[in-house]
Amino acid sequence: MMKNLKQKMVALAGDQAVAFAAKQSDVDVVAAYPITPQTIIVEQFSEYVANGEVETEFICTESEHSAMAASIAASATGARAFTASASAGLALMHEMLFVASGCRVPVVMAIANRALSAPLNIHGDHSDSMAQRDSGWIQMYAENSQEAYDSIIQAFKIAENSNVLLPVMVGLDGFTLSHTLENVETFSDETVKEYVGIRKIANVLTHEGKLAPFRLDPKNPMTMGPIALQNYYFEFKRQQEEAMSNALMVIQNVNKEYGEISGRKYGNGLIDEYYLKDAEIAVICIGSTAGTMKTIVDQLRNEGIKAGLLRIRTFRPFPSEDIRTALSNVKAIAVMDKSMSFGGNGGPTFHEIRNALYDSNPRPFIVNYIYGLGGRDTSPTQLRTIYSDLQQILTKQTIDQPIKYLGLRD
Amino acid sequence: MTTQEWKFTAKEIANKPDLFLPGHRACAGCVPATVLKLVMKATRGPTIVTEATGCMEVVSSIYPYTSWATPWLHTAFETAAANASGIEAALKIMKKKGRISQEHVDVIAIAGDGGTFDIGFQALSGAVERGHDFLFLLYDNEAYMNTGIQRSSGTPHGAATTTSPAGSSVPGKLEYKKPLADIMIAHNMEYVATASPYYWRDLITKVRKGLEVEGPAFLHVFAPCPRGWRSNPAKSIEYSKLAVETCVFPIWEAVNGNYKLSSPSKLLSLAPQKKKPVSDYLKGQGRFRHMFKPENKALLDEVQNITDKRWKQLLKKCNLS
Ligand SMILES: Cc1ncc(C[n+]2csc(CCOP(=O)(O)OP(=O)(O)O)c2C)c(N)n1
Ligand code: SF4
Ligand SMILES: [Mg+2]
Repeated sequence: MMKNLKQKMVALAGDQAVAFAAKQSDVDVVAAYPITPQTIIVEQFSEYVANGEVETEFICTESEHSAMAASIAASATGARAFTASASAGLALMHEMLFVASGCRVPVVMAIANRALSAPLNIHGDHSDSMAQRDSGWIQMYAENSQEAYDSIIQAFKIAENSNVLLPVMVGLDGFTLSHTLENVETFSDETVKEYVGIRKIANVLTHEGKLAPFRLDPKNPMTMGPIALQNYYFEFKRQQEEAMSNALMVIQNVNKEYGEISGRKYGNGLIDEYYLKDAEIAVICIGSTAGTMKTIVDQLRNEGIKAGLLRIRTFRPFPSEDIRTALSNVKAIAVMDKSMSFGGNGGPTFHEIRNALYDSNPRPFIVNYIYGLGGRDTSPTQLRTIYSDLQQILTKQTIDQPIKYLGLRD
Repeated sequence: MTTQEWKFTAKEIANKPDLFLPGHRACAGCVPATVLKLVMKATRGPTIVTEATGCMEVVSSIYPYTSWATPWLHTAFETAAANASGIEAALKIMKKKGRISQEHVDVIAIAGDGGTFDIGFQALSGAVERGHDFLFLLYDNEAYMNTGIQRSSGTPHGAATTTSPAGSSVPGKLEYKKPLADIMIAHNMEYVATASPYYWRDLITKVRKGLEVEGPAFLHVFAPCPRGWRSNPAKSIEYSKLAVETCVFPIWEAVNGNYKLSSPSKLLSLAPQKKKPVSDYLKGQGRFRHMFKPENKALLDEVQNITDKRWKQLLKKCNLS
């Protein structure tokens, strides 16, 4: 087993880190369409192609819908396929996302998370990918550019695992990560290529009882993406759920093995815990917000307050059990959502957490903070109030306002 | 493009194993199904087919059965050409990296009029502009049949469909059929052709020619649907002949934009007296029944006029007038 391999520090914006990781992962086909704040990924990749730095067929499609269709088809043919999008582009792909997961193609896609229209807004929030949470894709969110780089490489390992065979979406916060230069530790091309390897095609049992590669192979004609009616559709869907639960373990294993070669681990791969062991109050968040939150937790800890943080790295499959265990001693929890579920009593992460902790005994207080929509800046001072609110809840032993909007104009 | 003229014999075609197998669920007298069978007779080696949602996709792939003896992929209604792009790109790079053994694999994208004229048009235009090496095969049954006979922009003027019914104030579809093959020629394609399955050898030859093009090729095939046209299933192929004989659907090919009539239509240009009136083609089809009511005489005349006008325009493009 390779261990702590040589790395090189490079200053990269999140988008560049993603493009670099895709390049190093020996991707066969990239089909993509530009949209802010993902554009740098497509542009950077085009440059690799133009300079002959990659052996990749790059399809500059006429829409995101076609980009996803072409990615699915390329993957079904046996190629390793990568694409990237955001906001309206991801929304336009909506139909095809379900086709990708239903066809069990291991496409990897980076999402530079951005608000959805209307009103039009190009800045960062999680509305775009949260709206796709039921599309059957594995969803991971990066805290910083380093993690974006690492997660793209890991995503191929996860998606292509024969017990998973599901597409993976890796989110990085629009502008906050996508456009901000950071020092990123990178491997050599050879190291990544060797680590990811050539895509292995799973064998499946044909109706004739023989094994055949699960791809469009003229030697073993296979009908992919058929119509399946009342008598079979349900089983297809149940199998996707099975693959999702298999992914829980695969993501942890990949996080571990990648940790060994890189020296970097992201919690257990599913969740990232910060001072939770003895915490009485805790915040749950996703993405780059965690960086600021960790500083706040440090301050609170210095003041003797038993505060902690849980960052959800993998949102689909949702790691309910890991979250329940990590929060078993916490008495009051604030869940942060950078998107809304209109009319749904709180944001999507809030729903998941309340669902996951319903069976906890005793059940902690759980409140929701909607924040940062359309790129609205949330200051450390504002973020700190979340912890003081939680302290108050503990003192009063009651919740006055279960859903709050942080940083909203009066 | 090769100059070789293909001479497919009936025996040769009959002896070639089918790639579109019987047992599918198409209606009796379904010409689109006949078209697919013929199209697959024209293949020249390993071939991957990708199909848009529509009647032919649905009748041929009901899990756990399939009519396809060649690799086949369906993703959605509007994606046939985008799928072909992805397949072609994957084949290209995988061959370069030594991951597939085949010297060459042909790619055919198949869609109905809905998946081509309407919802799939953007993807088609994009894939052609990018120059992917594939054949786009449009089987045109002139409406959305799979969802119950709704109008498309390929539905002809006057036809009654479930979304352009012949009512007391609106007599069927008011708009005219989109000249799709011409639009494809405007993409500077090397090979664009129209075909009708009564002239089966012509159809098969055109498929082969389209496959031989290195780059995108487009074939528009006329495909009567007795269910949607409310016509006698036994007469489906006859309608595919009448459409050509009345110049409702002339058959031709354009190599690098140079239009050339194919024999059956060429004959009519040489012997215009043999050109039949459109009513010969329209009568017997339930979708045009209302046009034969005395109060709709003007509509019938209009269809004759527009057919004549388009035929004249075509002759001009072929330098025949
Ligand atoms: C995005 C989307 N819109 C609508 C449909 C419903 N739909 C399925 S097939 C079809 C019509 C197909 O028409 P056409 O392409 O002409 O093929 P045909 O069934 O006539 O052979 C429609 C409207 C769909 N599957 N997907
Ligand atoms: S409805 Fe028409 S196109 Fe569809 S299967 Fe029946 S005859 Fe064929
Ligand atoms: Mg149709």
